[in-house]
Amino acid sequence: MKVPDHLKYTATHEWVRIEGDLAAVGITDHAQAELTDIVYLELPAPGKQVTAKSPVAAIESVKAASDIYAPVSGEIAEVNAALPGDPGAVNARPYESWMFKIRMSDPGELAALQDADAYRKSIGG
Amino acid sequence: MAEGGPILRTPLHGAHVALGARMAEFAGWDMPIQYAGILEEHRAVRGAVGAFDISHMGEFFFTGRGIGAWLNSLLTNDIERLAPGEGQYTLLLNERGGVIDDLIAYRLGAEEYFLVVNASKIEEDGAWMRDRMKAGMHFEDRSAGMAAVALQGPRALQVFREVFAAEAPARFCIAAHDFGKSTALVARTGYTGEDGVEIFLPGDAGRALWDRLLAAGATPAGLGARDTLRLEACYPLNGHELGPDRTPLAAGLGFAVAMEKPGGFVGAEALRAQKAAGLAERLVAFSVEGGAAPPRAGYGLYAGQGRVGEVTSGTFSPSLGRGIGMAYVAADRAAPGTGLEMEVRGRRVPIVIARKPLYKGGLYEGT
Repeated sequence: MKVPDHLKYTATHEWVRIEGDLAAVGITDHAQAELTDIVYLELPAPGKQVTAKSPVAAIESVKAASDIYAPVSGEIAEVNAALPGDPGAVNARPYESWMFKIRMSDPGELAALQDADAYRKSIGG
Repeated sequence: MAEGGPILRTPLHGAHVALGARMAEFAGWDMPIQYAGILEEHRAVRGAVGAFDISHMGEFFFTGRGIGAWLNSLLTNDIERLAPGEGQYTLLLNERGGVIDDLIAYRLGAEEYFLVVNASKIEEDGAWMRDRMKAGMHFEDRSAGMAAVALQGPRALQVFREVFAAEAPARFCIAAHDFGKSTALVARTGYTGEDGVEIFLPGDAGRALWDRLLAAGATPAGLGARDTLRLEACYPLNGHELGPDRTPLAAGLGFAVAMEKPGGFVGAEALRAQKAAGLAERLVAFSVEGGAAPPRAGYGLYAGQGRVGEVTSGTFSPSLGRGIGMAYVAADRAAPGTGLEMEVRGRRVPIVIARKPLYKGGLYEGT
C-alpha cells in the first residue's frame, strides 16, 4: 500500500495535504483497497463549517456506505466537483483524488495527525 | 451450524485462499466475498461465465413410501407435478403462512427427492421437517459433506460441456453425471438471472471440479457479485425479503404456491385468509433516480410525510449503473411507475417502483 511521505494521515484513513491555510483531504490507498469498488461519493457544500473528527462526506462501495471525517476544523473552501461523476478514480488514484479543502480555523490541530511512518505502522505496513 | 459455533469451511476454502479472496463469515461459513472485485466478477457472469462456491447451501435427501405426498403437505408448490429429473422453486411455511425458507425441490426418482435449502436455515428446516416425519420415511442431511458450485453466465453451458463431456439438463431439470470417480448432480438452475448449472458432488471431489471449471475459463465469483446479480434479477434472499412474518403472497411468489392442490399444506389457511383480506404490503423492486446514493437495507421510503415502506436489500447495480433495491411498500404504492422518496443520511432522494426483473439477464433473451 502506498503511503506518500509528504502527507499527513488520520486514524480514520484520510490523508491531508497542506496548501497554505488550506487542508486538502482524500482517503488513503489502504482505505480504498478496504472499501473495494467505490461507486458513489457525497461531498459537503462549500461554506459548510466542519469540526475535526466529525463526518463531512460519505463514500459508498457496492456493498456498504462509510463516512469520511474532517481531519481538522474550519470551513469547506472547495470541493472536487468532478469526483462524484467518476468515483472509481478514488480506487485508481487515491492520492490525486482530493475530495474537499478545509480553510483551517486552528492549524494547531495538524499536530494531532500522523506522519507517514506512524500511519504505515498503524496499517501494519 | 449452531449459533456461536466454530466458523465452518467449505471443501473449496483452500482454493479461495490461494486465489487471494477476501473472506468473511456468512451464515456460519467462512466464504469468499470477492476475488478480483465485485464489479469485475459481476460483469464476467453477465458477459461470459462465473463460478461460485455454494457449498454452504444445504442438501437434503428424502426417500420412502409416500414421501412425495408428505413433502407436498409441507411445501407450497405442487411437488406431485414433478416427473423424475424435474425440479421446482417452492417454500416452507409456518402455520401463520410466514416463510421459514425458500428452496428448490427436485424429484430424483419415484420416491426420492432432493431439496436445496439456504445455508442459514439448514438446522431450522431440518428440525421442522424431522418433527413432522412419519414411519417409513428417510431423511438424510448431507449438507456438511457435499461441495456445490454454481456455473453461471452466457458461456456456462459451453464450460460445462467441456468439463463433463455431456449436455446440461433442461431448465429446472436435474441429472446425474460422472465427474472422475464421483457422481455429480447437475441442475439447470441459478441465482443470477443468467443461464447455467448448479453442480452438487461429494466434498472430496469439489476442489478438482472447481479447478477444472476455472481452467476451462470460468471466472471465480464471490458472494458480493452473487448479491448484485440476484438483486438485478429480483430474486428474494431469506432474512431480507423473506422471513417468518412475510408470506409468499406479499413477496410476489404466488407462482410457487399451489393453493388448490389436494391435501393442502402448512400455512395454506393463513394464506387464504390473507388473500381474502387483501395484502397490506407488497414486495417491490425500485431504482434510484438522478444519480442519488444506492439504497441499503433498513432505509425508509416515503410519500410526502408518510412512511410507506422499508428497503430490504439495496446495492449499486453494475449493469444499470445506478442504485437499485427491493422493499416492502404499502399495497397502494406498489404499482410500477410510482414515484416515492427514500431517506439517505437525513435527506430525501427520488426513487421509482420498477417492473421485475430490474435487469433482464440471459435467461430472458427473446422475451
